[in-house]
Amino acid sequence: MKKFFSIGIIRGFVFQIFGSLLGAGLFFGIRTLMGLPWKTEPTIVVGGLIGAIFFLIGNGSFRGWWKAAMGEDMPEAHEVKSFNGIRRYFEFTLDHKVIGIQYGVLSMVLLTVGGSLALIFRLELADSGLQILNFVQFNTLVGLHGIILIISILTGISALGNYLVPLLIGAEDMAFPRLNAFSFWIAIPASAILLSAMFFGGFETGWTGYPPNSVRGPMGIQMFFLGVYIAGWSSILGSLNLVATIIKMRHKGMNLFRMPILVWSILSTSFMAMTATQLIGLSFQLVMFERLLGMSFFTPANGGNPILFQHLFWFYSHPAVYIFVLPGLGVISELLPVFVRKPLFGYKWVAMSSLGIALVGFLVWGHHMFTAGIEDYLRVPFMYSSLLVAVPTGIKFFSWAATIWQGKIRFPVPMLFTLGAILVFLLGGLTGPPLGTVSTDLHLHDTYFIVGHFHDTMFGGFIFPIFAAIYYWYPKITGRKLNETLGKIHFYLMTPSFLLMTFGQMRIGLLGMRRRIADYDPNLGFDFTQLLITIAGYLIAVSVLVFFINLFVSAKKGELAIGNIWKSRSPEWSILPSPAPVHNYEGLEFQLVGDPYDYGLKGSKYVELVDTSNSESERVI
Amino acid sequence: MKHLAIVSILVVIFTLLTNLFLQSVGLLPVEASTQATIIDRLFNTHFWIISFLFSLITVIVVYSLFVFRRRGDDETDGKFITGSNKLEIVWTLIPLGTVIFFSFLGAQSLAETTIIEPKALNVNVTAGQWYWSFEYPDFEIKTDTLFLPVDRQVKLTMTSVDVIHSFWVPEFRVKQDVLPGENFVKELYFTPTLVGDYTVRCAELCGGAHAYMNSPVKVMSETDFQDWVDTELGSVPQDPVGKGQKLVSQNGCVGCHSLDGSDGVGPTWLGLFGTTQTLADGTSVKVDEAYLKNAIIKPNAQIVAGYPANVMPSNYFDFFDDEDLAYMIAFIKSLQ
Repeated sequence: MKKFFSIGIIRGFVFQIFGSLLGAGLFFGIRTLMGLPWKTEPTIVVGGLIGAIFFLIGNGSFRGWWKAAMGEDMPEAHEVKSFNGIRRYFEFTLDHKVIGIQYGVLSMVLLTVGGSLALIFRLELADSGLQILNFVQFNTLVGLHGIILIISILTGISALGNYLVPLLIGAEDMAFPRLNAFSFWIAIPASAILLSAMFFGGFETGWTGYPPNSVRGPMGIQMFFLGVYIAGWSSILGSLNLVATIIKMRHKGMNLFRMPILVWSILSTSFMAMTATQLIGLSFQLVMFERLLGMSFFTPANGGNPILFQHLFWFYSHPAVYIFVLPGLGVISELLPVFVRKPLFGYKWVAMSSLGIALVGFLVWGHHMFTAGIEDYLRVPFMYSSLLVAVPTGIKFFSWAATIWQGKIRFPVPMLFTLGAILVFLLGGLTGPPLGTVSTDLHLHDTYFIVGHFHDTMFGGFIFPIFAAIYYWYPKITGRKLNETLGKIHFYLMTPSFLLMTFGQMRIGLLGMRRRIADYDPNLGFDFTQLLITIAGYLIAVSVLVFFINLFVSAKKGELAIGNIWKSRSPEWSILPSPAPVHNYEGLEFQLVGDPYDYGLKGSKYVELVDTSNSESERVI
Repeated sequence: MKHLAIVSILVVIFTLLTNLFLQSVGLLPVEASTQATIIDRLFNTHFWIISFLFSLITVIVVYSLFVFRRRGDDETDGKFITGSNKLEIVWTLIPLGTVIFFSFLGAQSLAETTIIEPKALNVNVTAGQWYWSFEYPDFEIKTDTLFLPVDRQVKLTMTSVDVIHSFWVPEFRVKQDVLPGENFVKELYFTPTLVGDYTVRCAELCGGAHAYMNSPVKVMSETDFQDWVDTELGSVPQDPVGKGQKLVSQNGCVGCHSLDGSDGVGPTWLGLFGTTQTLADGTSVKVDEAYLKNAIIKPNAQIVAGYPANVMPSNYFDFFDDEDLAYMIAFIKSLQ
């Protein structure tokens, strides 16, 4: 039992519960001393905040910094002794690969939770009328589905960044290992607080949390705001670390245009996450204050402006979409050349298109507000800037098509998911322009067409690529390959189901189905399509279950991955054994001798181990 | 070169087929306003572009997957082509030009949909949780159904009493959020072109019964509309029950409380008066005038068991004076 409580994550949760009670108790105590009565809402907010801080104290996130602050010696990251085996994944550790896997597991857990929430309300929507849920439950589930999956995606791309970036650029670890671990562990209490919104009355605003609705509704909204606020810290600090790592820690000789292309997209994504996340934190914080302290920022009756919130909110939440998809698009560009056996077409253009998307992404938030009542003169410029995103995105598609052209294509499971990603993201991209031109958006805004559109972009830009990435790099993590047959079942079940789901959503959306409604008019004739969407949703869930079974079974019984199983030129496959050693390239002298994707160029290599025979002969003497 | 020729022909064929498919499945609802016709024209341009780009990329990729797949155990690599700046510039500049031209078309379409005609019919729209209320300032009529004459532009002047709602009739295409606050009154112009029955549906998540925030819209011929106005003006009810009926329909009460005994967000009013109801706290209460008055102005004080609290707006005290309340109670009393 004592051993159980010494595990970092358990200690964290015990501390969080204790901290929450302590915070709530202190707040209540102070109010009682002042002669004020019990008030639930501020009490749970203070409790939640203190609880999150206590989690981090409990699992040891502050230990190193505390020592430094006290003037004691703080050991260098690679000198810190860590746990071995499974245990290290539940502890505050500094190895970037362990942290990457921790992020990945958290992402998959949240994916399961968020997806399951959708399965519940899809059951409600399978038929018109209200069957199993009431309004508050439905609205809460819809809102949580959205935000939990957003956190799942953010942690998923952090998993890619943390595990892969140091390996790809030939570094020993991230620039700031302690900050890295901290940014992961802060996401855990954040997720717990988010989910607790369900138990404090839920919330009825969706993940967008628009006031004045969010100012009036049930108080679960406060846990939602607080959870997102804390998760935002994880995102900002994590991306700061990645930017620093990519700029300062590259292996000798690896200039920016010789990096693996995935690193470019992670760099672009990190720039955005580092600078835009503050805005959603700020906007949610203002609504929290409005509810707690009566500061009227957004309620017109007291002089506030509800549209201001939407500007602040979308200034993050639109770039966020590109934050979510850029790493996935990077995975596509990274894997295609390996399985097509041909260089990536137009490397520099693909790299620059990521930066282009990041840049233009900051200028388009207004297209979420075409019907919101923004000034008329704002609508047309936002239309131009929104459609402009098509240009850098187009460069990616054309470059992928040109890469595949005249290759020698192989079809292992990671390649299948890469191709699926291209198809699905293409659909997501093509359904975008009708939302970008104002007059057509007047019809489509807040309908199921949008639901279909963004599920296409999220699956094409994240879900399919992350599965491709897991099938591709899992052997580097475990030393064993995932089962091919199960992988193919996963792919061939998920892809058609997903297409059916989003085509159904877009179809009824065009015909007049609104977003976020618990019940719909049977006279509209949507019942059958809704049933199909629900069935498709459940089939996706089954396929993901197959994937999880594969993850567990293959860890012990999978085929051993020996050597460069994908015949990749990338350093993590061509130099390192699988699973990757603790200190990456330590003891391996290597140098860059070529470009990353020169497949088909005879005798060329990207990286090469330095011939150490000289030093050996010296030793002999 | 042979490959390129085949692919080009396939792209053309698939573009035509995709567009034919999109046009034939009937993607959009009936066009029932001038704006709908303009907007659908832009939709059609979109469908062409979508058909072309979808065919372009999928044909190239799928063709490559078949023709350029690895044969047998061939371990050699593909052709060594690292890129072509010429091609990249082409597929940067052509999309850039297209995008700018398309934005221009979009701006034109928007301008056309927002043309204001001089003799628009004025309607003031009030939205609240969860009802729509329409007031015709020219005739001093207030209703919960939007009556509109065909082929005459209507100007909606919209405000909300609580949170953000959104006015949307799919057949008219256009949509406008309805915001609270006197500085945020929003206008929406459209011209119905097809006589018929439609529904305005709230498109912005407004909490609770958002799904049920619908009201009928009737587009009628000019003469039918005039008849309706005349009847409304001539038939201002004099008795308390009639006045009460008018008040409850104007203020959206019947959106949640049915008059025919069917279940709704709140209890039905049919046969309610005089019964004894069990409350959420376990006590019971006889439904009389005093209870009903309290239930309207302090809706959360005595919640009937089985119904959620905090659903009914609690600001009716500001809207109704004692006389109004008496009329409405008289009406509820009459529903036996």
